Amino acid sequence: MKNFKLFAIILIIATSVFYAMPTANIFFPDILAKYLPGKKVNLGLDLQGGTHLVLSVDTSKLPAGSNADDAVEVVKEIIRNRIDQFGVAEPVIQRQGTNQIIVELPGIKDSARAKQLIGRTAMLEFRLVDEQADLQSAINKNQIPDNLELLSMEHLDENKNITRSQLLIEKEAKLTGKYLKEVQIKFGEFNEPRVTIAFNEEGGKIFSNVTGDNVGRRLAIVLDGVIKSAPVIREMIPSGNAEISGSFTMEEAQDLSIVLRAGSLPAPVKIEQEQTIGPSLGSDSIKSGVMCGILSLAVIWLFILVYYKFSGLIANLALLINVIVLIAAMTMIKATLTLPGIAGIILTIGMSIDANILVFERIREELRQGKSNRKAIENGYHKAFITVLDSNITTIISAVFLYYFGSGSIRGFAVSLTIGLLASMFTAITLSRVLQETYEKSTSKLSI
Amino acid sequence: MEFFRNTHFDFVKFRYIAITCSLILICSGLISMAIKGGLRMGVDFKGGILMQVSFNKAPSIEEVRSALKTINLQESIIQEVSGRNDLIIRVEKDKTAGESGYEGIKQQVTKALEDKYGKDSFRFERLEYVGPVVGKDMVEKSVLATIFSFLGIIIYLSFRFEFKYGVAAIIALVHDVLTTLALFSFLNKEFTPTILAAILTLVGYSVNDTIVVYDRIRENVHLHSKEGLPDLVNNSVNETLSRTVITSLTTFFSVTVLFFFGGPVIHDFAFAMMFGIVTGTYSSIYIAAPILIDWDRFLLKKKVS
Repeated sequence: MKNFKLFAIILIIATSVFYAMPTANIFFPDILAKYLPGKKVNLGLDLQGGTHLVLSVDTSKLPAGSNADDAVEVVKEIIRNRIDQFGVAEPVIQRQGTNQIIVELPGIKDSARAKQLIGRTAMLEFRLVDEQADLQSAINKNQIPDNLELLSMEHLDENKNITRSQLLIEKEAKLTGKYLKEVQIKFGEFNEPRVTIAFNEEGGKIFSNVTGDNVGRRLAIVLDGVIKSAPVIREMIPSGNAEISGSFTMEEAQDLSIVLRAGSLPAPVKIEQEQTIGPSLGSDSIKSGVMCGILSLAVIWLFILVYYKFSGLIANLALLINVIVLIAAMTMIKATLTLPGIAGIILTIGMSIDANILVFERIREELRQGKSNRKAIENGYHKAFITVLDSNITTIISAVFLYYFGSGSIRGFAVSLTIGLLASMFTAITLSRVLQETYEKSTSKLSI
Repeated sequence: MEFFRNTHFDFVKFRYIAITCSLILICSGLISMAIKGGLRMGVDFKGGILMQVSFNKAPSIEEVRSALKTINLQESIIQEVSGRNDLIIRVEKDKTAGESGYEGIKQQVTKALEDKYGKDSFRFERLEYVGPVVGKDMVEKSVLATIFSFLGIIIYLSFRFEFKYGVAAIIALVHDVLTTLALFSFLNKEFTPTILAAILTLVGYSVNDTIVVYDRIRENVHLHSKEGLPDLVNNSVNETLSRTVITSLTTFFSVTVLFFFGGPVIHDFAFAMMFGIVTGTYSSIYIAAPILIDWDRFLLKKKVS
């Protein structure tokens, strides 16, 4: 039993050191490096720099009967599409509450362009492609007839890379998204996906004329100034119901349907909140955070060592391991470390030593009552444990509500405080007790 | 080394003086808040825009203010950032509500600063904008977070001890929150979500101290049931005094380090915590424990009459 406990403790510490090492940036030989997880703790936007946006979708102007929840979902997909064009590494786009969308863009320096891209209401147009005009001189010499515009079209090649080609299309939009009533994905006889669209009555009439006059020409579907698709008009379509077929993959069909639905969505997006942090401010925060951590560790170490002698040394070792376990646990569960999160860690340092102080004071009391060293250690840990548990649970209760109601970086504080306190139960109670008992057994001494 | 050994301070005797002092502090805090129309809320709660501009050369606040005068933003709050050539500029909510929105404000500020200092002589290091809806939402959520954590603690303590312990602990916590808010009002310091986090932390921390004392009272009630409650409480406070003070000291150390070296955001957090540790320790000794005595007295009197 005893051996098992010792084994478990060593295992936990070894695993923690293993996971905490990449974050600590400790030098390790290359041979070892390939066995390390290689993952550092996840840094929040306030530490690595970047933009955090809270957007709200105004669903009040949606036509009666349309589903607001769907609308927000579509807007989210539109934003994802736009951000993918923007080329940000690891963006986060998620819904919050009924009509809010959170966008996190790490490493963005100028948020203005991103916001412009995101905040725009989707503009969907159907415009005719002019294939008679001289495309080469338009591209090379910028000679473009007055009624035309040079726009690029995106398509995926076989390797799923986006390639762009350019087309000359008419400036005048024949139809816009507001005439669209319904967009669906249907499957053809070989189970190939097709996108079907239905215009409203007015749109159906216009569509009938446009298709009737332009059989054989291509009608470009333009979203926010980018051609998404340019199907050929095969015949006049009087019904207002059309089908776009081609060699779509399911994903492409879905993307196109989102594009089409986006245009029919009068749901403007408003930026409710923004936090943009530059990279130099972020790295400054990390530096001062690390310095604070080391300084406060050093101050406490010195004080505890002087005050509790050898027992203090044990508490100090436990404290160091507490920090390592905390960083490792955050890395493992992919928690995000924020600036208030660093404050949480430093606070944990102060609070976790409290558990040791409680125990040590209790041991001193027991010794004053004339108990033997061994009995004093046993009683000290036993009696103080309930107090430590109670006090940690109440702090964790506060932290849980802080996490639940808090946002962004404050959540990081709650996370690191909670994990830190849980880790301290292990280091300040279990680990220190084993160390103290082992020392007492082998030397029959108790230095406190 | 030991600072406290077998102390016999008579804490219980001075409880009314202590409670009076606390009430005076809290009342004057409330009056101060009433006169000032509440706490000075940060951008997150009130809505508005905060810009941290990093200059190549250290700027003077007055120069920047005069530059902002050209766009009618001279009343913005401008602050220096220690250790960097940065200035923090805060613009009130109603100025951002116009047509151009906050992005427009940023462009205006950029232009005004470019006219004064030239292009590429500065850049934006930090931009925070909170719209009115989010600000209101944040205030609501903060109040809820506080209320729920109080409820959670009261339930937990009633379950672990007795109902009266839970109530007494919460009174002590309300005391801690109100005195900290009073301090922020006196010093006209800004109230931000970070400060809220500090307050909720000190709540958890102060309840730690209270629990340590309560635990000892519970233990002593079983051991020395013949002693009167005032003596029991006083002895329990004295017996745990060493731990209370040493723990408060160590946490105070870490927070002091944060205060001096933690940078601007953490600075105010640490400030609230430093005060909170003092008030939290004090309230555990002078508020949470003595209330137990008076609670019983009050109930006994009621029964007799």
